[in-house]
Amino acid sequence: MVITQPKPFSEILQFLEGKKNIFITGCSLCATSCMTGGEKEILAMEQKLLEEGKQVTGYAVLDPSCNKLQARATLKKQKQVLDSSDAILCMACGDGAQTVAGLVNVPVYPANDTMFIGEVERIGHFSEACRACGQCELGWTAGICPITRCAKSLLNGPCGGSRNGKCEVNPENDCAWVLIYKRLKELNELDQFMEIKSPKDYSKASNPRRVTVGK
Amino acid sequence: MGLKQKLESGGFAVTTEMAPPKGTDFKRFKECALAVKGMVDAVNVTDFQSAVVRASSLGAAAILVEEGLEPVMQITGRDRNRIAIQGELLSASALGIKNVLALTGDHPSFGDNPQAKGVFEMDSVNILQVARTLMGGKDLAGNDLAGTPDFYLGASVTPVYDPMELQLLKMKKKIQVGARFFQTQAVFDIELFKKFITAMGDIDAKILVGVIPLKSPGMANYMNKNVPGIFVPDEIIERLRKSQDRVKEGLKIAAEFINEVRQQKLCDGIHIMAIGAEENVPALLEMCDLDSAA
Repeated sequence: MVITQPKPFSEILQFLEGKKNIFITGCSLCATSCMTGGEKEILAMEQKLLEEGKQVTGYAVLDPSCNKLQARATLKKQKQVLDSSDAILCMACGDGAQTVAGLVNVPVYPANDTMFIGEVERIGHFSEACRACGQCELGWTAGICPITRCAKSLLNGPCGGSRNGKCEVNPENDCAWVLIYKRLKELNELDQFMEIKSPKDYSKASNPRRVTVGK
Repeated sequence: MGLKQKLESGGFAVTTEMAPPKGTDFKRFKECALAVKGMVDAVNVTDFQSAVVRASSLGAAAILVEEGLEPVMQITGRDRNRIAIQGELLSASALGIKNVLALTGDHPSFGDNPQAKGVFEMDSVNILQVARTLMGGKDLAGNDLAGTPDFYLGASVTPVYDPMELQLLKMKKKIQVGARFFQTQAVFDIELFKKFITAMGDIDAKILVGVIPLKSPGMANYMNKNVPGIFVPDEIIERLRKSQDRVKEGLKIAAEFINEVRQQKLCDGIHIMAIGAEENVPALLEMCDLDSAA
């Protein structure tokens, strides 16, 4: 899931300076789970904008915001309202906001900061687990990603900064390499660790990336 | 005799570490280096140690060569991608730098420009790997070089580490890609160091044990609390606390440790890290029972 966090309201107000009539879009998937762009959060945002003297012309929870065809169909039904709006405030991830921005002729402003691809540990608790590096390493690391979970994304084992199994960069985090070592040992696959890993092929992660599924 | 010859012929090597200045004034750097000339086999130049902006290790190592000292150039993967690392290594060789010590590098968050993006495209193992590739006459992508470097390659190891097996496995990987000598994190407890040497078993590499002359009990407590892999025993902290001249006592403690590892033939040399008090290194070396390096 794409994890988002609300931007400070003051930053949003700066975007919306001089704009009176605001249309709000949300997203039915990730942003709803992150409580940053579901119907509940949209209504709360509407209230705050009204208190700032703005008009909210309408809102739509896109299903989801990153699906161009779905978003286009939903926004088409709101064409009249959108035409009378000065701005759209998009309560989705950075992808969702760009999808909306590509479909309308009014300025689109993000209400959220996009943080990472992560897992939902429990409601409201998210942790980063995948950096989308383009070449998955989990097959030899006992299912623990060193690219994401090691602060230095090291490929050949821990640095000297691990202490009591924790990372010195953030002692709240486990050292990914101590975790990988222990798990590989349990699985009797420690020989995987001994293979020299060459630096990753970053040509596979050259932005922007595109995937087309062939027939 | 150079560092490589000294170590490979079974001698007891002495190296000391110096940080390049923060600025362009190399006066103190040169003075401290010249003061140990003839007393050490090589001077180890740190590479933006603790992620702090300074003159580069390549520049400082070249200045040491000019001054007639043998440098060990440290190089980390924190600030450079594979193009820069290869270029730096080629330049080093052309400037007469023969010893390279590969490190992963401290995280930028510990430095004085914590907003910096850490590169870490290559870890210590990869840097050794690429140095060896260059020594074979090719770059990492397999392209030919005009002129081939020749390095004596080193790396680091932490003798106090849990789990120890993991540290030793990584050490083996470094050896597999060309590391011949290791400088260790600073050790203060000889028994812990013996444990590490025993745990190494038949691992074949030259070990330079790290020595930090302590300046105060506060410094020892700080390192115990904050520096992974460092353990200063209580009795040493107590000795410092009770002494009249703490700096001198710190040098004495370091000299006793150095003489002990030498007498007991526990390792192949020492690596002194004076951390800002480089002017004390000649005094420390005079307190030790060592052969002249010249």
